[in-house]
Amino acid sequence: MSAPDTPKRSMRTPLGRVRNLGAAHSGTSDFWRQRITAVAMTLLMLPVIVVVMMTLGSNQAGAKVVLGSLPIAVIMLLFILASTWHMKIGMQVVIEDYVHNEKLKLISVMLNNFFSIAVALAATYAIIKISSGV
Amino acid sequence: MVEFALPKNSKITGGKTWPKPAAATETREFRVYRWNPDDGKNPSVDTYYVDTHDCGPMVLDGLIWIKNHIDPSLTFRRSCREGVCGSCAMNIDGQNTLACTRSMHDVKDGAVKINPLPHQPVVKDLVPDLTNFYAQYASIEPWLKTTSPTPQKEWKQSHEDREKLDGLYECILCACCSTSCPSYWWNSDRYLGPAALLQANRWVSDSRDEATGERLDNLEDPFRLYRCHTIMNCSKACPKGLNPAEAIAELKLKMVERQI
Repeated sequence: MSAPDTPKRSMRTPLGRVRNLGAAHSGTSDFWRQRITAVAMTLLMLPVIVVVMMTLGSNQAGAKVVLGSLPIAVIMLLFILASTWHMKIGMQVVIEDYVHNEKLKLISVMLNNFFSIAVALAATYAIIKISSGV
Repeated sequence: MVEFALPKNSKITGGKTWPKPAAATETREFRVYRWNPDDGKNPSVDTYYVDTHDCGPMVLDGLIWIKNHIDPSLTFRRSCREGVCGSCAMNIDGQNTLACTRSMHDVKDGAVKINPLPHQPVVKDLVPDLTNFYAQYASIEPWLKTTSPTPQKEWKQSHEDREKLDGLYECILCACCSTSCPSYWWNSDRYLGPAALLQANRWVSDSRDEATGERLDNLEDPFRLYRCHTIMNCSKACPKGLNPAEAIAELKLKMVERQI
């Protein structure tokens, strides 16, 4: 995450500045996961829309009937997993693109992780709660 | 944060309008970015009128005509004047291209507007400081790397393997692609940019090279490679008709291929 020395303050050679701390040897996993979650969301989108339409206008008891079905609950949980993971990776890319202050970037990435996990857990809890009728 | 506005000392102020050449029957208006590091003033855009009957058809011809006939202080790089050296890369009518291969008649509406390549420090007028760009090229180690004993004659390569370098080796390092890339604008200190990555793929794709894995190791980084978001400005800008975005996609594919 560390930014290279700025030319103004440093007498490092241009090549030294470019090489800086070396390659992080990471990034491919996030790149690949972003594609996997994108494809997963594309496939899950239609079933999720159908499930949402099935629960429209119904109360909690009605929603329980729909989400109590194992395949439907699994579809919803998979969608939550794929979308929150995709959201987390996507937001991190935006932060890395535009936030150049190192401290602010670290804090933003950390908050992004916390937020994504919280959203994922809350949504998962809601699905499990409704589908199990607790 | 990223700065979306120009710093105070980079804001463009007025500019001088030079008189039309007296004997000219047909002229073309050129609006050219000017900045002199020695006078302490902000950049400006000067207006010139080029006698189109007395000069060649290309934008570079117009600039040379201005320098020879109107304003010898106008500063720009040029060398081969035939799209091979990449020296005269600049932003013409909103697009990065080579002044020597862009006809002034292709600029349809009004004046021919010329600026230096975007988002690079300016040395003077239309001359950008490409130190970082060249260092990034050096960082991908653009030479054949082998450990096998050097053969008596040349390193052999099949016709099929040689064809894999087509569309990559032709790059002239003019920097039109890298300086048209918003991702490079925001993160040029860490993102290698389309030109260096296209060249990296040229060496990764070379069947004679024995350091493919090491080269990919050096690129595998959230910033060096993965700042490319397939915006495609690079491919649109390339005056040689190359496709850096595709080359970067091939690199990403190879990264995934060696992990899965």
